[in-house]
Formats: sequence, structure tokens, C-alpha cells
Amino acid sequence: MEQSSKKMTGAEILIRCLHEENVEFVFGYPGGAVLHIYDAIFHQDKFKHILVRHEQAALHAADAYSRSTGKVGVALVTSGPGATNAITGIATAYMDSIPMVIISGQVPTYAIGEDAFQECDTVGITRPCVKHNFLVKDVKDIASTIKKAFYVAASGRPGPVLVDIPKDITADTCKFEYPESVHLRSYNPVTKGHLGQIKKALKLLAEAKRPMVYSGGGVVLGDASAHLIKLVQSLGIPITSTLMGLGGFPASDPKFLGMLGMHGTYEANMAMQECDVLLAVGARFDDRVIGNTKHFLSNPRTIIHIDIDPSSISKRVKIDVPIVGDVKSVLADMNELIATEKPAQNTNALAAWLQQIQTWRGKKCLNFAQSTEFIKPQYVIQKLHEVTKGEAFVTSDVGQHQMWAAQYYNFDKPRRWINSGGLGTMGVGLPYAMGVQFAHPNAQVACVTGEGSIQMNIQELSTCAQYHLPIKVIMLNNRYLGMVRQWQEFFYENRYSESYMDSLPNFVKLAEAYGHVGMQITRPEDVEGALKEAFDMKSRFVFMDFITDQKENVFPMIQNGKGLSEMILAEDL
Amino acid sequence: MADHATRHIISLLMENESGALSRVAGLFSARGYNIESLTVAATEDTTLSRMTIVTSGSEAVIEQIIKQLNKLVDVVKVLDLNDGKFIERELMLVKVKATSAFRDEMKRMCDIFRGRIIDVADGSFTIELTGSGNKLDAFIESLDKAAILETVRTGASGIGRGDRILKV
Ligand SMILES: Cc1ncc(C[n+]2csc(CCOP(=O)(O)OP(=O)(O)O)c2C)c(N)n1
Ligand SMILES: [Mg+2]
Repeated sequence: MEQSSKKMTGAEILIRCLHEENVEFVFGYPGGAVLHIYDAIFHQDKFKHILVRHEQAALHAADAYSRSTGKVGVALVTSGPGATNAITGIATAYMDSIPMVIISGQVPTYAIGEDAFQECDTVGITRPCVKHNFLVKDVKDIASTIKKAFYVAASGRPGPVLVDIPKDITADTCKFEYPESVHLRSYNPVTKGHLGQIKKALKLLAEAKRPMVYSGGGVVLGDASAHLIKLVQSLGIPITSTLMGLGGFPASDPKFLGMLGMHGTYEANMAMQECDVLLAVGARFDDRVIGNTKHFLSNPRTIIHIDIDPSSISKRVKIDVPIVGDVKSVLADMNELIATEKPAQNTNALAAWLQQIQTWRGKKCLNFAQSTEFIKPQYVIQKLHEVTKGEAFVTSDVGQHQMWAAQYYNFDKPRRWINSGGLGTMGVGLPYAMGVQFAHPNAQVACVTGEGSIQMNIQELSTCAQYHLPIKVIMLNNRYLGMVRQWQEFFYENRYSESYMDSLPNFVKLAEAYGHVGMQITRPEDVEGALKEAFDMKSRFVFMDFITDQKENVFPMIQNGKGLSEMILAEDL
Repeated sequence: MADHATRHIISLLMENESGALSRVAGLFSARGYNIESLTVAATEDTTLSRMTIVTSGSEAVIEQIIKQLNKLVDVVKVLDLNDGKFIERELMLVKVKATSAFRDEMKRMCDIFRGRIIDVADGSFTIELTGSGNKLDAFIESLDKAAILETVRTGASGIGRGDRILKV
């Protein structure tokens, strides 16, 4: 137990707690209510404080630090506007179940409720978008609250936890004592799955004629990738992944059918629709994944669902064999059963099923028409993959570029693909790249973005300069809010209402103004060379403005309300 | 999954901390669940609050409600009283016109429903009545609408029968 007989201020105690939790980085922005805390930060050097240019970016950077490492991300903001600026970042992390601890300053306890300067009900505003939150009302509660916050954030289904600390509490003093363990009688997340259910699941999978694995973000968050690979390889069955699960199973493996869902591959969506036994692992059957629920259910199949969160099970689709538990532990149990029991598989049926999938694959749904005139965005991503040998961390913003990055980068490893899947937050790309680069200083970090999204957190170019982050921004500049334009083209008879981006800055000069390298690439034949040049500048931040084909759309595409097998393919048009 | 909505009474124990009520109320509004009534008070163990929520929904919705409530970090235990035998009681206070012509009639109605007159004024009675929600509804319906001056109801409290006990 960490103890100190001398009295410390609340601010000092908070800092000690963060040391106890082995925090490496705190992403934050100062202000009145957190001045005591910032003074305590000044007196320590165990963690590094990263000064962003907007609180939203602090949250996203801490979030990406977590996504790329599995550790808890930490952000610090002041009261009032600091906290409200953080909301988008908190909600983004919440939707994707990212473990974070957010510390927000609050006006002094005696001023709460008086509409004091920079007061807002932070606990109230954040309640619907955090896993849990706390208002600390006594300096003696700081240490135990921080301990609880880290525990709740990282355990069970992870998520952001906010701790709101009034300014006077950070000045009050008491002895510091960091609890060794936490016990909450109201919170006991399950870990082990029910063995009976696991056996039942395995039997179903072995006997299936058309088995299929559907893996989600839970596999990545639960560090269950190795166990998933083992399971899929020993059963020899096909697998697809959600946007959030990419990298959880290697894309280069022939068993992998690509991403499924609204912009999923033909083979993945067809197989998802036609399979007879489906194993869902850490995925949640959301509307972007299964399309029209009625259509999905029109083909009967037996569904097994492994998830740590009981409320994810049978939420949108009735599950036949629920297995509540930590994905890694359940998959380990399954693998052990396979090793000991060697279940007999329906090999003939499985061979026919794989044959069928091969036929679907023959559609080559991700083929695109190359052009000598315009840069095709898909081509840029393919070249990015080549130049970085598939080993980069790739963050993205939200829009067409995000889907192309997901479809064409072919992630082979977990925690390399960092994007906002649940909330779909434009503006995450650059701060995500910052969080990743801090966590992995020697890694190649690419931020795939659009000219719309990048401008939602463009101020972070300054943070990147301050900390010499050698990020490579790959901007697919189509002069449109492309994803919006695509929907308008398909569903609103080409009425491009407010989806054209006019008065774009000169991005090369903008990057240069911050001391970075800027490049503009307009010809297809220059794409590869430019990427090589950029990634060769190992210590420089390079902003690459690729002027791409304005009219390119993302295919395959499932329209809202349509079923998985009702895709529009590029070749149909 | 049965689609028709049924009424359920859900009891839960949660940490008696500020904001506990808003976590539950917020969950119901955020996810679009019905609340017919919600009552809350500390238990004999003052670190715990007990809440009774009357809601309605299909089997699937009720299952989600229970799961989502359990997911709240401060919630210690959740029980769907409809899973077994239970007793439901609600308290209602009704102020009625009791001018000379009505006084006897009001007294009689009150007796039939086993209510008690707890305040008598010149032109009015205040009647206290406990029972299931249905019984309270029936009482209101049996009164002449013009005679009702004011009503207030607590919302239902529920408890399992016999050895069905919700405790930490
Ligand atoms: C904060 C936010 N506002 C609005 C949207 C809706 N939206 C989704 S994609 C998109 C267009 C993105 O444009 P751009 O960044 O240029 O990417 P492109 O689709 O052109 O590749 C918009 C406006 C969103 N996802 N997030
Ligand atoms: Mg664009």
C-alpha cells in the first residue's frame, strides 16, 4: 500500500494516484478550476502532459492511446467549456467501449449550483455517455475514487469514466493512501463463460453445414486475436469482421472474407446471410452491419454469441446460444475443447460451402476502374499499404475515405486500425494519430482523412509541431463531403445540398505555416513516389493532399432498409 | 419474442448516492422505455436505496430493461417481480367535495373501498386509500367526477411473496 504520513493537497494526491496507475501520458488543457492540478503537474515528471489545442482533441488522443495499446487513456480538462468541449470525445469513446479516465475540474463545492463562472453540471451532461462518473466532494475520497475509476474503466465491457473534482477539493489536504484493491458490491463483471454453453456452441459449429464467424471490436479490445486465429484455423471455417474488428483476424488469410455490412464485401455479406450456424464474437449486430433485421432473419440460422456484456446479447437479434464472458477466456476454453475432444466436422458440407464462397469471391467486388487522368482514392490506400508494408498504424476520419481505408488497407494485426465506428465522429483522425504516435514513437502512423474531416480538428497541426510527431496525413481530397454526396446521388437525385466544399485552404501552405512538410499530389503516376518520399522523412510530419476523383463512390453498398444480400456493386452501374 | 406489451413491476437496490435516481430515469428516457411510475427511498440499510419501477413492454424489451439496469455500475440487484408471486400497493390521497348533500355518500364510498377519511373540512374530505393501482383506479371511477377536487398518488411499491426476498 502506498502511504505517506505527511499531508498532501488534493491536487498532489491526484497526481500520485496517476503515478500509481502507471499513467504515461495525460492529454489535457488547463483552466481556472484545474490550476492547482496543473501546478502539481509542474512538480512531477513521471508522466508527460500533452498540451492539445482543443479539449476534444485531448479526449480523442487519449482514446487512441488506449485503442493502440490496450491501456487506459487519461485526459484532463477544466470546468464548464473545458468539459463541454470534451463531450464529443467522451461519447466517441463510449460508443466504441474504450477504457478512459477523464478528470474534469469543477467550481468550488460552495459555489456549485450558483451558476458560478465556468460552472456546468458535468456529471449530469456526461451521464448518458460514460460508463460511470463521480463527483468528488471530499479530499479524502480522491484516491479511492481514482482507483475505482481506473478499475471500472478497464474491467468488464470497458468504457470512459469521468471524475469531476471541485477546485477547493484539490486545495484541501489529507494523508495519501492508495487502495491496493477495489471491491464494488454493485459491480462484478463476469469473465469465464458457461462451459455447458461453450460445449453446445462447439458441437453446433462442428456439425454445421455452412458455419461462419463474425468477429467484432470485442476481439480487439479483449486482446483475443491469437485465440480467434487458432479457433478459425483448427475448424477451417470462414470469417468476416466488422469495421471495429479489422485486424483481429489477418486480412491476408484466405479464410478471411473481408469486412461485412453496409460497405462490406460481396462474399462476406452473402456468407453472413446464407450461413446456417453463425458464431458472433464480441460484435453487436448493429444496423450498419446486418442491414434490415427482418431480411436478415428471413434466412433461419442458429446464432451463437460470445460477449462480455449481457445487454449486447439478444438486443437486436434473438440469440440461440448466448455465452456471456470475456471473449479471450471463452475462445481459450473452446480451443481447449477442440484439442481434447477433436469434434468430428461435416467436412463434405464444409467443402461445398467454401466452394460457394469462392464463387462469390469471384465477383471481385473491390475491383475499381483505374484511371490515368484522376487519382483513384482506392489506389492511394493500396499504395499506402505497399509503401508501409502493411505495418502502419492507420487512423481515419469519417466518410468515404474511412471506408476505403477499411476496405483496401488489409489489416493483419489488431490495434492497428483506429477509427470511430460507433459514433462516426468526423475530426478524430488527426488527434487519433497523435495518441497513437505518442504510444508508439517509432511506428509509422498514417492518418487517412478527407478535406471535410481534417478541418474539424485542424488546429492540432500545432500540437504535432510542438511534440515533433512524424505523422503522415493522407488526405483524400475530393472537394466534397463525399459520403454525404454519395447518399445524395443515390437517394436524392443528385441534389448535392451543402455537400460541396468550397474555399478550401491551400493545405500545403497551411502545413508549412505550422513548420510541417506539405505535398500536393494530382497525378496517378506520382502517388507511389510521393508516399515513399513522405515515409522516408522519418522524423517529419508530412501533410499529403491527394487531389482525387471527385465522383468516386464506395462499393459495395447496402441502401438503408435493404438486406445484406441486396448490395449495389460497382459493376451494376 | 412475444411482441405484445405487458405491465411489469421491477424492484431494484442501488447505492444510495446522489444522482442514483437520474441514472435510472436517464436510462429509461435515453432508450425509450416506458415508465408508468417510479418510487424510491432509502432502505433500513441507509447505504442502499430501493426503487420500484412500473413499466410495460414486450418480453424482449423487458429483458433489455433488466439487463440495462444491471449494467448501471451503482445498481446492486434487480428483480422483476412478475417472475413470481408478489404484492403491489400504492397510496392515494383524494380530496373530494363533501357538502352536506354529499357527505354521507362520500363516507359510504370510502368505507366500501376501505379508505380512511384523514381530514375533514367545511366542504371537503380528504380520503386515504391504499391498494393495487387497479383498485385506486376503480375508486376514482366510482366517484362523481365533479366531486373530485384533487388527487395524489405515490406510484406502486412492490414486494415478493413469502420467501422471495430482495436483499444484499
Ligand atoms: C461531426 C460530424 N458531423 C457530421 C457528420 C456526417 N458526415 C459523415 S461523412 C461526412 C462527410 C465527410 O467528408 P470528408 O471528410 O471530406 O470525407 P469524404 O467522405 O469526402 O471522404 C459527413 C458530413 C459526421 N459523421 N460527423
Ligand atoms: Mg471529402
